Amino acid sequence: MIYRPVRNIPVSQITPREMYLNRRSLMAGAGAALAAGMLPAPAFARLETKATAYGADLEPTAKEYVTGYNNFYEFGVGKEDPAANAGSLTTSPWSVEIGGLVAKPATLALEDIVPKVQEDRIYRLRCVEGWSMVIPWVGFQLSDLLAKVEPLGSAKYVAFETLVRPDEMSGQRGFFQPLDWPYVEGLRLDEAMHPLTILATGIYGEELPNQNGAPLRLVVPWKYGFKSIKSIVKITLTEKQPPMTWNIVLPNEYGFYSNVNPQVDHPRWSQASERVIGGGLLTERKPTLMFNGYEEEVADLYAGMDLKKFF
Amino acid sequence: MTISSRPVDLFNDALKRVPVLPLYFVALVPGVWTFWQAVAGQLGADPMRALEQALGLWALRFMLATLAVTPLLRWPGLRLLRFRRMLGLTVFWYALAHLVVYVVLDRQFYWGAILGDILKRPYIIFGMTAFLALVPMAITSNNASLMRLGTIAWRNVHRLAYPAGVLMVLHYLWLVKSWTAEPLAYAAIMAVLLGLRLVTRGKPKSRRSVRENNSGARNTDAARA
Repeated sequence: MIYRPVRNIPVSQITPREMYLNRRSLMAGAGAALAAGMLPAPAFARLETKATAYGADLEPTAKEYVTGYNNFYEFGVGKEDPAANAGSLTTSPWSVEIGGLVAKPATLALEDIVPKVQEDRIYRLRCVEGWSMVIPWVGFQLSDLLAKVEPLGSAKYVAFETLVRPDEMSGQRGFFQPLDWPYVEGLRLDEAMHPLTILATGIYGEELPNQNGAPLRLVVPWKYGFKSIKSIVKITLTEKQPPMTWNIVLPNEYGFYSNVNPQVDHPRWSQASERVIGGGLLTERKPTLMFNGYEEEVADLYAGMDLKKFF
Repeated sequence: MTISSRPVDLFNDALKRVPVLPLYFVALVPGVWTFWQAVAGQLGADPMRALEQALGLWALRFMLATLAVTPLLRWPGLRLLRFRRMLGLTVFWYALAHLVVYVVLDRQFYWGAILGDILKRPYIIFGMTAFLALVPMAITSNNASLMRLGTIAWRNVHRLAYPAGVLMVLHYLWLVKSWTAEPLAYAAIMAVLLGLRLVTRGKPKSRRSVRENNSGARNTDAARA
């Protein structure tokens, strides 16, 4: 099946990546280039990408916020903790064990998973906590990877697992830990195969910084951010619905589906609106969109389901 | 006059020389500084949230400080009573600023959402109730009110500090995504401070202070020795 994005925008009208890099990042980049002779700055390799129509009409959030305001409890529970602590993570070599109900289970090196040319996709990201960003991802469809291992007919779900490496992940050490490791997540197979669902290796045309889930993370733009699991080491196809970390912690608050839905409130707070990151102190609240604005693309997946019950 | 050798007495002597009035303003410095940082765009990606949380946290911290005054008098005998009104009123100012940020910057005068929050969200109910409990204490935190009400009635009004403290901690625990260390730490300190009151209920505040009042002696260690 060939998938068409809903908005059919001629290629000529797509904003090139160089233009959506805002002035501030360009300035910062220039500054970094000047300083490069004196100070070794962390260098993020440019990735080879091709532009797509996904999110061509969206204004990306400033890079400093996308890379400086993260939930990644493996590196601490504060929003600034991952950026401060994730530098210690070794992301190369990296491999992903893919198994379960597939014809060709394999442990694949990252180089064998990631296509040489990836896609630019600008997606909205809505956090369950009530804030949102727009992120220019670099990635490829999860369906491409799953096709390689040939899911069996009995496979109904896809389970994901994040790395456990306390030596390099400060949040996995110490006396008080808010979650059990590994962080686990899951999707229904049709959700995983959906063209909007990608594995990302970069943002803003460059390799993912560690705090954003390097070297390989899931992005499911119509679900709350915590579904988009980071630093993936294992993918397993299953027949039964796999467990997911936040659901284990608080089952009545975080459901398996966790689709963005302004009509279904979190038991402790409203999901009707969101604060858009990057607008400063006086940012106006924005109404949250059904399925985070991807209703046309994904509503069919949930036809006939009571979304209050399957939250 | 004998010189006391106990550190706590030295400390109490030093405390006596600290003027209270300037502290009313010093206590507000962290909040003013955070507000300035927010305006100047130095609070990161979500400055509204950072400001709102900082103000709420300062209210909670000063609440813990206020509730620590009595236990610290019992042991190790620190005399902080002079500062308690200042500490308590600081709780109120931070709570008020926190509420204003919630209404103006967070909910942006969207009264429908605010009312919905108040009716449906436990953490907002806890927070709002805590604030309502602070109001009568703030209004009566002056000598004239103490005179007018009389000690007993005044003390009863200010017992609202206990439920207010509990509600503030619940407000914090209920709004985070899961059990994390920081709100639990504040809750634990609150539990200790309130728990100590249950343990020592009915006992005189400090035998030492009673004895001092009776005898006028300042150095009971020397007397004991």
